[in-house]
Amino acid sequence: MAEERSGARALLEVLQQEGVELVFGYPGGAVLPLYDELGRSSIRHVLVRQEQAAVHAASGYARVSGKTGVCFATSGPGATNLVTGIATAYMDSVPVVAFTGQVPTTMVGSDAFQETDITGITLPITKHNYLVNDVKDLPRIAKEAFYIASTGRPGPVLVDIPRDVALTPCQEAVPQEVELRGYKPTYQGHPGQIRALAQLLAEAKRPLIFVGGGVVASGAEELLRQLAEKIQIPVATSLTGLGAFPEDHPLSLGLIGLHGKPYANFAVKECDLLLGLGVRFDERVTGALQQFAPQAKIAHLDIDPAEIGKNVRVDLPLVGDLNCIIKELLPLLKPYDAAPWLARIKALRSSYPLIASPGGELQTPWVIERLGEMTRGRAIITTDVGQHQMFAALFYGYTEPRTFISSCGLGTMGYGLPAAIGAALARPDKQVWLVTGEGSLQMHMAELATAREQGLAIKILLFNNNCLGMVRQLQHDYYQGRYTAVKFSGNPDFVRLAECYGAAALRISKPEEVVPALAEAMQNDRLTLIECLVSEEEMVNTMAPPGEVIR
Amino acid sequence: MKRTLSVLVENRPGVLTRVAGLFSRRGYNIDSLAVGRTETPSLSRMTIVVDGDERIIEQVCKQLHKLIDVIKLSDITDEPHVDRELVLIKVNAEPAVRGEIMQIVDIFRARIVDIARNSLIIEATGDAGKIDAIENSLRPFGIREVVRTGKIAMLRGSKE
Repeated sequence: MAEERSGARALLEVLQQEGVELVFGYPGGAVLPLYDELGRSSIRHVLVRQEQAAVHAASGYARVSGKTGVCFATSGPGATNLVTGIATAYMDSVPVVAFTGQVPTTMVGSDAFQETDITGITLPITKHNYLVNDVKDLPRIAKEAFYIASTGRPGPVLVDIPRDVALTPCQEAVPQEVELRGYKPTYQGHPGQIRALAQLLAEAKRPLIFVGGGVVASGAEELLRQLAEKIQIPVATSLTGLGAFPEDHPLSLGLIGLHGKPYANFAVKECDLLLGLGVRFDERVTGALQQFAPQAKIAHLDIDPAEIGKNVRVDLPLVGDLNCIIKELLPLLKPYDAAPWLARIKALRSSYPLIASPGGELQTPWVIERLGEMTRGRAIITTDVGQHQMFAALFYGYTEPRTFISSCGLGTMGYGLPAAIGAALARPDKQVWLVTGEGSLQMHMAELATAREQGLAIKILLFNNNCLGMVRQLQHDYYQGRYTAVKFSGNPDFVRLAECYGAAALRISKPEEVVPALAEAMQNDRLTLIECLVSEEEMVNTMAPPGEVIR
Repeated sequence: MKRTLSVLVENRPGVLTRVAGLFSRRGYNIDSLAVGRTETPSLSRMTIVVDGDERIIEQVCKQLHKLIDVIKLSDITDEPHVDRELVLIKVNAEPAVRGEIMQIVDIFRARIVDIARNSLIIEATGDAGKIDAIENSLRPFGIREVVRTGKIAMLRGSKE
């Protein structure tokens, strides 16, 4: 038993015990007991402009810091506004805990004002969720929420707290340990399987490592590097895996998949052993499954057993934490004759290069390449969703983990700006760039005010083609160029708009303006927007129509 | 291929929704689902009969395992086990045919549990095959209503 205090106070104890420094949120009637205690604590609150931004910011914060992101919202519309953000975090396995206020227990189920069944709504998009019916359970549930969100395969957890529960006196102490009989993630890999993997590697002639977000989540980047270097295996990545292996490394192939680098995709075609590390073989990576890595045996290493065999046939499954597994694997490795394979990769690289050309007009890939050079691949890049996202994935050149922050799985437009806010708060020492389009930016434009309020010197690189570029590209390629609902004809003046939000802003339209503009943005310590006027004709390299064979 | 899964879960509100929701959203075919409290009040046991090929069954098991409220899961199809289903059948029964119906009831070791002017309610337990058979035998008389519990199953002997 602890000293009696309200449920809300007990919750704040849990947050403090979990080392929470920041909460993103938006208040409302049902969540006020939590806010009242939050206001009296040392935890900083970031008031956003719409609840979805609170989850996105918490998710950006979590991805950059490696800690669990926390957000608060009220019942009803506050809670439903979280939904897209929670689904975004779920698809990219980001540890986020969302606390929502709920109408009092006596009114639950009565269609009360601002009541929604948010645990029901978020059931399929959370790792787990709770409705707290009794204050006795609140300290334990809150503690479990953090444990579940951050361990095993990370993911979002939602805790719905009725107002009266938060106000009821609570005598239960915060438990020090979490004991869940139905949740025991496997960390150690099976020794026999690890030996079998070493054997597969010893027999391979053309091995290839394919890295996903799981490597970043387990913090296995350094061990990955040792693995690749020790026997000279080239490394390709998924979107979430960008930055897990430095792209300036000679063994780096970069992004594979539908919009991936051509030479990297050809390497996948030719490899005879594909080692998937913390990936889920998404359809955007594999294309038509029967033709994915057709010559390869596939070894799949992941902490989530349900991912193994879900999409691709797997020759060697290995469940566990990548850190633990690679550590065990390293001493067992025997070198293979890498020279012919690496020579082949080199040839592929020069036959199918990916080049950003300066062109006559301003071109997005070229601008992003300049940004990569000027920040030496070490800034944190958050993106929205669309063509600019793919260009940012292909042309920046990531050298550090946790620097490419993007809605990769769900593809949520509007993610970038709030995620940049979370990122900037997580790493005040780093420059944070938002690469976005005018379609995506307008989905959460109001968060410019949040960025300014928090004094964040986020740099926004806005590619404006007055058009939904990726959708237009789909209509160009698969709908015979019938363009429907993709053209914006009434966009605001983004430079003046940014200035209204207190940002420095400039507009460029020529290649020679790029470097000076980027330099200016890098020097000032203000929220800054660079609007790049680009053509709607720009196209992202596509390897295949969705679902078809990647060639 | 039908498989019988025995699933030990937390006895908490919402657990059934989590399990049922998983089946619907991932497109798995559920044949039957029966759930009830176990000898330990904090635990419930679900017996789920699911239809699918080996790969689908493997995915079903793995996805069920991911649910925090699922504690233990076993595919008992190939293990020695006892399975039963209970059915209530309301069948048309004019006095002239009652004798014939009672014979069928005897053959299946079922019971008549209610009698009305023109109908009977018959209770039968057994495996799915027997339940299907009694249902088919009574069909010519005109079945008005059928309620089935879905299969429940238990491993034989002691398995420590």
